[in-house]
Amino acid sequence: MSQKRKGQYSTKVKKATQMLFYKRHAKPGVKGWELHKALGGDYPKVLDVLDAYLEPLDMQVKVVFEEEKTPDKPTVEELDKARFFVTLKDVATKDKLMGWRVDDLAGLAIAISHIVANKGQAARKDVEKLLGDKIPNWKVQLNVDRYIRYGYLMQDDKGQIYLDWRTRAEVDQKKLIDMLLSAEKQKEEAQEQYEEAQAEE
Amino acid sequence: MPAEKHEKRQGKERLERIIEMCMAIENHQADPFTLNVDDIIGVVKAYFPHWDQPEELKLDAEALSHLASVIKLQSEWVKQRSTSLYTDPFLLEEKIRQTSKNGMVDVFAAAWNPIVDSEKLTLPTLAQGLLYWDALAPLGNRWKDIDVSKVQTGQVSRDEMVKARVLGDREFGEELECYWQELKLKTAEKGKDGKLEYWSFIGADTYEETVQRAFLTAFLVTYGYATLEIDRLEETVTIIPFDKPREEPLSVQSTSVPIAVSVEDYRKWKEEKQP
Repeated sequence: MSQKRKGQYSTKVKKATQMLFYKRHAKPGVKGWELHKALGGDYPKVLDVLDAYLEPLDMQVKVVFEEEKTPDKPTVEELDKARFFVTLKDVATKDKLMGWRVDDLAGLAIAISHIVANKGQAARKDVEKLLGDKIPNWKVQLNVDRYIRYGYLMQDDKGQIYLDWRTRAEVDQKKLIDMLLSAEKQKEEAQEQYEEAQAEE
Repeated sequence: MPAEKHEKRQGKERLERIIEMCMAIENHQADPFTLNVDDIIGVVKAYFPHWDQPEELKLDAEALSHLASVIKLQSEWVKQRSTSLYTDPFLLEEKIRQTSKNGMVDVFAAAWNPIVDSEKLTLPTLAQGLLYWDALAPLGNRWKDIDVSKVQTGQVSRDEMVKARVLGDREFGEELECYWQELKLKTAEKGKDGKLEYWSFIGADTYEETVQRAFLTAFLVTYGYATLEIDRLEETVTIIPFDKPREEPLSVQSTSVPIAVSVEDYRKWKEEKQP
């Protein structure tokens, strides 16, 4: 890459960083068409460069497409309609709460897992019933409202709850379900080992 | 040929049963895999040589079309269950119930990539804010006080209010009843099949009077004295008076129908009315 070209890219990367890191609208993130307008037609390449810069810092450029499914080879039109964010790649255990209360974050995890397992939608009353098992009832409704307000969930007029844009941007749904199932499996295995050890004694 | 006739009748009955079954599956009343597609195709195939009438061929095509829908549902079922995200909801619910709050948070944190988002002021944005502040007119200029002069309170009689046209000279209920009688009379005289054209009822000598009649007509409909019939294709509105006021209109959920009574509409009606 020539020096001039490198210089051009570095200016564009700086601009992209400002656009993606600093809040421009009520919702975080930037629409593809905004990046297209500000950085030019090669903005996907600029974002690739930025992504490479962010990797050692444990951050990444994340794209959320309009359609629920992520296209294999997105077209420029699809990218223009998508929303781009910078997200943390891995949340360190000590910082895992990110300012949330443990109850609230566990509730969010439960709501998201339940919706994912029910083909992407669930009745609000079912979600509230599930949360009511471990969270005081007076808090359940407030929490669900908060998850909706933050953009993790959305509700239609029939009382059905779906996953909203923030979940699609922030949560690796497959990993969440796999982890949930294997966490339980690990617990069972540990329990079996403990029981075997007890029996041997 | 009675044997051929019997065969046909039996075939038709079987196709109808197949269609019913397929429709039940399409309406999610039955599992898509309760239907053995190969068997059904065999039945459709076996009876096909007997069909020669258009209705019979139509029934055959209908059965095939519903069968195709069932196959599509079966394929969707398989696709959904084969996705990496498919987990039995009951199993997962059980897992959620068994996992502790902290366990849930650990699991979630592993799959969670929170958005990085900052809010920060810069010198240019501060300068922009100052410029806006300079250009902004004081509240006193923007929200000017409404000039309200003090007046002495007094009393006014009902007759005076009627004279000032604040109140009508009759009670509203009484006026509505008279208006309903007028509607019934006009429908009997000028109407057709118990219906009267909306404009020929509300139309009056002046526009103000027409608006007042349209206003009262709206109440006639709301309180169950009459109903409106709207033909969207012909763009006609007719009013149908009831012999007895219906009691349910306010107790059931109804639909509001906006009908514009503009000056243009009034002029148009007047011109059409003139011989």
